[in-house]
Amino acid sequence: MLGAPMLEVLALTKRFGGLLAVSGASLTVAQGEIVGLIGPNGAGKTTLFAMISGFVPPDSGTVRFDGEDVTGTPPHEICRRGVARTFQIVQPFGRLSVRDNIAVGAHLRLADRQAALARATEVGTELGMAALLDRPAASLTVAARKRLEIARAVATAPRLLLLDEVMAGLNPTELAEIVPVLRALRDAGVTILLIEHVMQAVVSLTERLYVLNQGSIIAEGPPAKIASMSAVVEAYLGHGAAQRLAGRAVAGAAV
Amino acid sequence: MKSGLLAVGIAMALAVPQVVTSEFWLGVCIAVLLSTLTGAAWNVLGGFGGQFSFGHAAFFGAGAYAAAILEMRFGVNAWLAFAAAGVVGGAVGFGIGYLSFRYGLRGSYFALITLAFAEVLRILANAADFTGGGVGLYLPLQVGVANLQFATKAGYYYLALGLGAGAILVGWMLERSRLGAWLVAIRENEDAARALGVDTFACKLQAIALSGALTGLAGAFYADYYLYIDPGLAFGPGISVEILLAPIIGGIGTVWGPFLGAAALRVAGELARRLMGDAPGLSLIFYGALLVIMVKFLPDGLIGLLDRAVRPRGIHAGGAHA
Repeated sequence: MLGAPMLEVLALTKRFGGLLAVSGASLTVAQGEIVGLIGPNGAGKTTLFAMISGFVPPDSGTVRFDGEDVTGTPPHEICRRGVARTFQIVQPFGRLSVRDNIAVGAHLRLADRQAALARATEVGTELGMAALLDRPAASLTVAARKRLEIARAVATAPRLLLLDEVMAGLNPTELAEIVPVLRALRDAGVTILLIEHVMQAVVSLTERLYVLNQGSIIAEGPPAKIASMSAVVEAYLGHGAAQRLAGRAVAGAAV
Repeated sequence: MKSGLLAVGIAMALAVPQVVTSEFWLGVCIAVLLSTLTGAAWNVLGGFGGQFSFGHAAFFGAGAYAAAILEMRFGVNAWLAFAAAGVVGGAVGFGIGYLSFRYGLRGSYFALITLAFAEVLRILANAADFTGGGVGLYLPLQVGVANLQFATKAGYYYLALGLGAGAILVGWMLERSRLGAWLVAIRENEDAARALGVDTFACKLQAIALSGALTGLAGAFYADYYLYIDPGLAFGPGISVEILLAPIIGGIGTVWGPFLGAAALRVAGELARRLMGDAPGLSLIFYGALLVIMVKFLPDGLIGLLDRAVRPRGIHAGGAHA
């Protein structure tokens, strides 16, 4: 940990009818970190994000940002405090140009239209979208839409960025482009919590990982350690998988 | 070139009463301007904010009755009553907006609730004594500029021109403001807007209050122009439909769409009357058919058509050709 936590999630629980989506999940993110949140499909990662960003009120538990309790605060207020999120399923303002899309985010801190547009151009250029600024968002490729999600969020001048699978569906070239973008953001002082399935990217980007399975955090630590934990392997591959893999490794060693 | 076009347009608009001597055609021009005002008002909420109201008659009627009642029952000066009608329209907008947006009504639910509010007001106006009940209110004829009653139609024309131009200006400013950008964001994707720090409830409230205020002014103009209102004329569903037709036909969410739509609609309406006669209900059938055709084939309205004609192919921001 690098000092006092910027984001503290304490025992968050959310139930949708009979489904316990998130169950007593806790995590912390310190200023300046890049933290990953991984877990199999349906583990509750996106629900956890939705609760942190104010879109879904938790049934119990607390979210603290900068030491202040922000549980149940509406999304726009959370964003105003400096937490911006992206959506797993991209949500562009389809008929608006890329610049206008980003300007909506920039308007949070800038009332003037021209200033917001100028800021949007700046952010778009920083994120490598300079050539796309005048294109309607609906015409973008998947990779560009994911990048637009990030650009819009960055334009709100967040201190904490919640990225929900911004690398899913990207090809290796596009992946190689986005990793340095995220690093640059972090170097510019933005703390990042990201949900990701692309393990290669997670390992190369993050300092710490949380693993969510069936609504509970089952492991926490540096990526290298996480990858070798049997509980994590079993969460992805099924009960007993870790043992079988280990058995095969032993058998292989014996040959 | 654009400002030159605008200057020519303003000069032409100012010269209309000198050129158009026929009372009938001046009346048509006034109707177009009034429709521009209500259309631009509707456009603030429906066009920019994407919240389709089917009950703008609520604001129109509130403005009309506010002006008439203040003048007749309380002896308020007509100009003051006119301004008050704008405030009342805005307040009714705020109230209806608060109740519907507070509970997250969107899309067709919002459209239905606004329709219902307008109907409730119509029935109340029909039942109450101080609104004159079903008989309506006859404003006394007291010609004089101080009473907002002009000796010639030209006077009404200039007032309507000021109101219509003012409403267009509101749209123009909205397009260059943060509120406008936020409203468009809400229209395009409300969740994404919320994630970017947009207080969607507050934005929609501001939009509906502004829209209601402008529509209230239109109602007051109607009362002062025709000197007679009744619940059906002020709060009837036909008013709501006429109000939303102009921006939809002209171009939703555009600055000039309401004017273009208002003019096209009036011309088409006159043509239809001459061709098909003046049988009751025929105009509604005509409007209905026109609306279906526009929504099906020209969702961007007449402005979209102009756009496509002026701009070379491929640059148009349709999104289809990526």
